[in-house]
Amino acid sequence: MKIAVCVKQIPEGNSRIDPGTKRLDRGGEGALNAFDANAVEEALRLKDSTGEGEVVLLSLGPAKAQDALRKALAMGADRAVLISDDAAAGSDLVATSYTLAKALEREGADVVLFGQQAGDSDGAVLWAAVADRLRLPVVSQAAAITHADGKLTVKRQTEFGYDVIEAPLPAVVAVSDAINEPRYPSLKGIMGAKSKPQETVTLADLGVEADRAGEQGSRTEVYALNDPPARGDSMKIDDDGNAAQAIFDFLAEKRLV
Amino acid sequence: MTKPADFPPPFRTADYVAAPSDPPEERIDVGVLIVGAGPAGLACGIRLGQLLEDASEVRERLGEVPVAILEKGKQAGSHLLSGAVVNPRSLRRLFKGRKRLDEMPFYGPVEHESVYFLTNKSALRIPAPPTMKNEGNYVASLSRLGRWLAEQAEEAGAMLLPETAAEKLLVSDGRARGVRTGDKGRGRDGQPLGNFEPGSDLVAKVTVLAEGTQGHLTGVALERFGLTGENPQVWALGVKEVWKVKRPLDRVIHTLGWPLRPGSKFREFGGSFIYPMGEDMLTLGMVVGLDYRDVELSVHDLLQELKTHPLVRKLLDGGERVAWGAKTIPEGGFLALPKQLHAPGLLIVGDGAGLVNVPALKGIHYAIESGRLAAEAAFASLQRGQTPATPGALAGYDETLRESFVWKDLQEVRNMRPAFGRGLIFGGALAGAMTATKGRFPRRDLRLERDADIDLIRTDRAKSYPAPDGKLTFDKLSSVFASGNKTRDDQPNHIVLQREVTQDIALLWERMCPAQVYEATETGVDVTPSNCVQCGAITAKGGRLTPPEGGSGPEYTLT
Amino acid sequence: MSTLVFLEHHGDELLKGSLGVLAKAATLGEGDVAGVVIGSGVRPLADAAATFGAAKVYVADDEQLEAPLPQPRVDVIAQLVRDKGIDTVLFGNSVLAADIAAALAARLDAGINWDLVDLVQQDGKLVGKRPALQDSVYVDVGWTTEPRIALFRSGSFDPNEQGGSAEVEDVQVVLEDFSTAARMVDQAHEESEGPSIEDAPVIVAGGRGLGGPENFTLVEELAKALGGAVGATRAVVDAGWYPYATQVGQTGKTVAPKLYIACGISGAIQHKVGMQSSGVIVAINKDTNAPIFEFSDLGVVGDVHEVVPKLTELVKQRKSS
Repeated sequence: MKIAVCVKQIPEGNSRIDPGTKRLDRGGEGALNAFDANAVEEALRLKDSTGEGEVVLLSLGPAKAQDALRKALAMGADRAVLISDDAAAGSDLVATSYTLAKALEREGADVVLFGQQAGDSDGAVLWAAVADRLRLPVVSQAAAITHADGKLTVKRQTEFGYDVIEAPLPAVVAVSDAINEPRYPSLKGIMGAKSKPQETVTLADLGVEADRAGEQGSRTEVYALNDPPARGDSMKIDDDGNAAQAIFDFLAEKRLV
Repeated sequence: MTKPADFPPPFRTADYVAAPSDPPEERIDVGVLIVGAGPAGLACGIRLGQLLEDASEVRERLGEVPVAILEKGKQAGSHLLSGAVVNPRSLRRLFKGRKRLDEMPFYGPVEHESVYFLTNKSALRIPAPPTMKNEGNYVASLSRLGRWLAEQAEEAGAMLLPETAAEKLLVSDGRARGVRTGDKGRGRDGQPLGNFEPGSDLVAKVTVLAEGTQGHLTGVALERFGLTGENPQVWALGVKEVWKVKRPLDRVIHTLGWPLRPGSKFREFGGSFIYPMGEDMLTLGMVVGLDYRDVELSVHDLLQELKTHPLVRKLLDGGERVAWGAKTIPEGGFLALPKQLHAPGLLIVGDGAGLVNVPALKGIHYAIESGRLAAEAAFASLQRGQTPATPGALAGYDETLRESFVWKDLQEVRNMRPAFGRGLIFGGALAGAMTATKGRFPRRDLRLERDADIDLIRTDRAKSYPAPDGKLTFDKLSSVFASGNKTRDDQPNHIVLQREVTQDIALLWERMCPAQVYEATETGVDVTPSNCVQCGAITAKGGRLTPPEGGSGPEYTLT
Repeated sequence: MSTLVFLEHHGDELLKGSLGVLAKAATLGEGDVAGVVIGSGVRPLADAAATFGAAKVYVADDEQLEAPLPQPRVDVIAQLVRDKGIDTVLFGNSVLAADIAAALAARLDAGINWDLVDLVQQDGKLVGKRPALQDSVYVDVGWTTEPRIALFRSGSFDPNEQGGSAEVEDVQVVLEDFSTAARMVDQAHEESEGPSIEDAPVIVAGGRGLGGPENFTLVEELAKALGGAVGATRAVVDAGWYPYATQVGQTGKTVAPKLYIACGISGAIQHKVGMQSSGVIVAINKDTNAPIFEFSDLGVVGDVHEVVPKLTELVKQRKSS
């Protein structure tokens, strides 16, 4: 069974938006996105449960994205593919999902996993777009996954409780952070990561046309950065015995009770 | 009043020494193991890489991983903090013929410098003491320099292993064999959690301890191998911030005096530094010897107070704080050096050894040089076909260190710090005499007292600490946040401490700790270990810091 | 401008979030605003949609659409967009809506901006307002082509029940083969223990100011009365008063409920970053200098042991009346 995990690197420390490009400043050192760690862990568990298979990591980003991939390789993934191309800079969801879909087609995985939410602004809803391009079933908010007889049974967490959904392979699943506790890489794993196959590919290698990537391939744009609106009037009162009523009235006025 | 030394921590060196116990297929073998990716450890790794380039037989003897560097922080630089003004001498030597100074990540040469004596309202310019002249030196962020050195070390062939703590020293037959790394995934009570990952035995032919100030295994090794010198080590605590500023600072500034009190009864030795970092940033910090006496002294709050001084306020006007951190500095200098810095299979380098020139506020270039010398000694021993674990095989390190400028410099200024234990005025006079005579005065070396043995007093010093306004002055918790610390809470407590102490000791710790780890309670002290930025102050004053789970602690980038 | 709003439902009720987006669409005042209701046996919902501001409601009613799965809905909406020349499709965030919106973007090669809190006409363009970096900055975002897809942060707008009727049109349902590959085996039932902290619309959290673990019952009662979940600060979790799973903050969970009531919590930044995006923040603390008062909407300087039980009573009374 081949399991592909789409991994995204986020800048370490305090993120900031580059005032020039108005996009997230990816200049800093990177780390493995905590949610992707859940996805990598789930991939490793799926592989362990079938007793064979391969876990391959995919990431779209600058060369520094290697760091995040190395951490995931240290956890036990087998191989990494980094899609690194200047022409991909400034890709929005439409462009990114197209590129990732091309890369995933090339891999032909049985299961494609995503972490549920990126810590930064991009990619928070990427999986459904990728699944549509691949014409594969998609299930999100997975809190548990089991695999049997060529299909996945997924427990999906929604606002109303848990659904149980079955999807035949190949399928795309986005995992929530409730699904597992990612393993710590062992020292042997960390040391072995360096010698695992790490491939870097360009958009041309994937057959992604120039006008489908980067700003050309995007359909959204960023205009400006602003300060957030003030939270609104902040009230502060001392309790003279009536504070509870004051709170209640305040909530009622806002239709929260 | 009680003293911290009255409540020794329940720490036993023997608990942190063990023979290798992993079965052979789980044990990890490396050639040279360096503990700590700071300037000393990285310099050692870089020099080894250089030497191994043309020595294939030695490289083969070292196996698949000839050089491994452990780092307990998230990455190299995460736990590095200093002023810093760096003397480039050691970097020139280390990278001779390979890298130029302008390729190194400095913030520029020191162009001007001023020293001020402060009162709470004024700043009196005084001539810079000769030991503090910084011509030819460069301003740097040690964290950033560390990241760059780590890249060089990896290019030179070293394998960097971040998020890995060295918990025990592996010793058998009286020889150092490597380290055992710390476990990961334990809960608050030590119980293994779902993703528990035990540590491993990392066995090496040579183990280099480059852990920096209050190094955990360094302390263990000094005891285990009987290497401690006549005098105890003493420390200062430095707390610093990095600010984005509207106007560039054109000079390196040091201050003495306010907010420290000059009377000898206070024993407040230290001062502040303000260094430019390029066009739009500067860094400022407060450094105070941990032999201070007042229970209410808080170096973090002194830094906040310093910022309210008109001279400093002006520099920060319109700016914003972008980083904060704290770390101790070994201040004993020459007199506190261990009697020997090698043991069978073991070498000790950098701040862990105490190689810091206090009057000049310099330690980085000594760390780098010591790392380089350690690499050469290890290499020489391997090239000779020796087993480095043989007693005496690594003695070459101590020999070359004693012949180096490191030794000479430290020896010259050896009595400065103990002099200042006598107060600023008298100490200043003594220091002046020492400088003038290049260390020949005084004839008999002054003694050092253990920080934890100092008698305490209590004043109402805390009254004048500024209330944090969130713009110029900050509280400790938001400062811990600014250090990037996101340590997992559900972990065992890594600070070894007696909990039932007197109110005075509890308050001492509460004030002392820049990260608000300790809180005085009715029965003693409460500890919030996840706040800890691993500065090491507690080890100087009655407790013992050990490394928490690898990857914990601050994530410095600009300090 | 021709706008379509996805009207999500659960059981036989339209979701408040969707109706809020519908109200917003109507205020943009440009062109036709239509809603689409998709499911099985959902015709009655069309009438409800009319009273909330839809001039027109498309109904896709088919057995195959019974389960709340995203992909069949993408097929329906994509078809509708193409057939009716719709240029703007709006969604209120939910697990289901997020999947539909993103897949629709891929299907139509259409720009999507998500996590928006507002949408305005600015200089002749449609501009979305999007918080970023833990809400410390607001980004103006837009679309370079049509159709445009927008996904709004849940609870951004209030529904506007104004009465009225709408033109209802049935749409033919043609599904892609891969859209029906996923199958709902068991649909969610109401949780019996109250919402989990991640999904709760209301969170009542307790800190050291409660005084002791036994006082967490105050917090629990209020949470229950409000239909919310219980949260805790790092300090009380460290002290063993409440489990780690309820810890809100930098090293715990990040939550953004519509209402966050902080009881006896000082508001240190480690806690703040875990809840600062909450819709409305109410804080009760004895210490008038507690930092939490700097970012709460309503702050009460008082004793939690006095204020909280009284508030709980008032809420219970309102619920029963």
